[in-house]
Amino acid sequence: MIDFTFTEEQELFRKAAREFAESKIAPKVSEMEETAKVVDEVVKALGEAEMMALTIPEEYGGLGLGYVARLIALEEISRVSVATAMMLQIFALGTEPIIRFGNQEQKQKYLPGLAKGERLATIAVTEPTGGSDPKGCRTSYKKDDDSYILNGRKCFITNSHIADTITVFAVDEENPEAFSTFVVEKGTDGFKPTHEEHKVGMRGCNTGELVFKKCRIPAENLLGEEGKGLRIAMSAIGDVGRGGMVGCALGLHTACLEASVKFANERILYGKPISKLQTIQNKLADMKIDLEAGRLLGFRAASMQDKGERASNEFAVAKYFTTEAAQRAAKTAVDIHGGYGCMEEYPVTRYLRDSAVLGPSAGTSDIMKVIIARWVLS
Amino acid sequence: MLKIVVCVKAVPDPKQERKIRINPVTKTLIRGDIPLVLNPLDKNAMEAALQLKEQLDAQIVVLSMGPPSAGNIVKECLALGADQGFLLSDLAFSGADAYATAYTLAKGIEKIGSYHVIFCGMASSDSSTEWVGPEIGAFLKIPIVTRVKEIIETEGEWWKVKASLDNGFRVVQVKIPAVLTVTRELNNPRTLSFSGIIEARKREITHWGINELCVSDDSVGLKGSPTIVSNMASIELKREVEIITGTREEKAEQLIQKLVEAGVI
Repeated sequence: MIDFTFTEEQELFRKAAREFAESKIAPKVSEMEETAKVVDEVVKALGEAEMMALTIPEEYGGLGLGYVARLIALEEISRVSVATAMMLQIFALGTEPIIRFGNQEQKQKYLPGLAKGERLATIAVTEPTGGSDPKGCRTSYKKDDDSYILNGRKCFITNSHIADTITVFAVDEENPEAFSTFVVEKGTDGFKPTHEEHKVGMRGCNTGELVFKKCRIPAENLLGEEGKGLRIAMSAIGDVGRGGMVGCALGLHTACLEASVKFANERILYGKPISKLQTIQNKLADMKIDLEAGRLLGFRAASMQDKGERASNEFAVAKYFTTEAAQRAAKTAVDIHGGYGCMEEYPVTRYLRDSAVLGPSAGTSDIMKVIIARWVLS
Repeated sequence: MLKIVVCVKAVPDPKQERKIRINPVTKTLIRGDIPLVLNPLDKNAMEAALQLKEQLDAQIVVLSMGPPSAGNIVKECLALGADQGFLLSDLAFSGADAYATAYTLAKGIEKIGSYHVIFCGMASSDSSTEWVGPEIGAFLKIPIVTRVKEIIETEGEWWKVKASLDNGFRVVQVKIPAVLTVTRELNNPRTLSFSGIIEARKREITHWGINELCVSDDSVGLKGSPTIVSNMASIELKREVEIITGTREEKAEQLIQKLVEAGVI
């Protein structure tokens, strides 16, 4: 028998995340939109609310809660601010390689600070020559006595300018088939965040470029084995990256539906609320159907992950479906709002802009289909 | 050690109040699928207890009467930091008015044993009688201060609190044990934390029914209720648009006149 109900404890997690998002994040949304900058109070609040600690094991100062709890938290935060959920999801993505592949010293050194939110994390894989194709990576490393020297440039890196701990993916300067993953700390000589992007949506989270120029890092910052970095990066992106985007998409989708229902009940046309019109009801029903289906896909994959099963293919399906559905929902929400849907006073304009960023993050929909097709044909 | 009892109630989520309907025949509320949540003013009562626990050596006991699903709000209070949780739940308790509810809660408090202060929210968001707190005090024969907006002193047997009046406040010295009903001005309730929820795994909720409380079935629930709600109605909200014409001064004058007539100013 399959049990689709959340536990009492999971319902409390949802309540806690919703209360947090509505009380601490919602008041900062307009500031994020106006300045297109990360708001320090939001990052501080995420740390105080233990949001960075969710999946970090308890022995390293985390809560050890797993991926269903993480998905619940992301969904609730994204319902209020997709930018904040995106920032949080990438903190976890930057932390996951240390949890999975770090040695004891690395875990002891980094995880407690990351769990408290004192240190912020990100992962740097994408480059102008390849993101979804990690083998197109040009950022190189070279062993030099007891250190490595990194050279190259990473782009479209979420949390680029605020992260203290960056998991960097690079190719062996002398062997284009060998990739390794390193932990680079903010302030390291030769490492610098440079250009900051101005995105169409998710304005409150920072995205930018990282440059490594003769950046010397100690050999103990190598994660896992030298030359086995592809598995490290792909494993984190496959489960945690895609899973995080599912949370962002579900939250945005919920927000679109809630805003649409509210507007449709309040907007009077032909002497009655437009929610009484069948054409509007059809749109609301489509949004609800997509949301329910997306939640089932996402939480199934997350619960598989919590059982220790590999879920990257299931997350590819969920990522494809939920991000596409959220983009449809945002468009539909704007349509339901009519002329008001073009006015910045209404949140649906933000939802539409935010939805545009969902697709490419952690792999485009086309890449998800490549992964899913490979799964089907394997 | 200071022992604090906090009485809490599960109410239909006030954020979904537009979904609540009134049964035209029985005059009872039709809650439908509206989830039960912790009564908003009971959050202030919980917060008052938690703040005292942070300052003093104290133990917090949470007590609620309601259907088994009200266990969720007791669990929520445990996650907020309460030490023990009790749910009084029995079919015989259903249909209780404020009097029978207070009697049942008082019996629960007596069974819990010693206590120094009992906090209640001033009123519940669904029935808003403001009677349950005072009636608990009456059944337990202890002092009661309603509408507490500030706790000034908590040393010794005599506590000093500030209570709201319609047009001001009064400062009251009250000998504990006492019942204090609290307003939202008292504090800003904390939100749930993930680690608090994990911590609450260690604390079980104790369920008591009519047998455990040793009360007769005609003293609780509908049978023990001396009041009944004979009628209930929804307020119908209507919007009207009226265009005021004239010079700027005439329009201002007319607008003020209309706002005065409507009781707005």
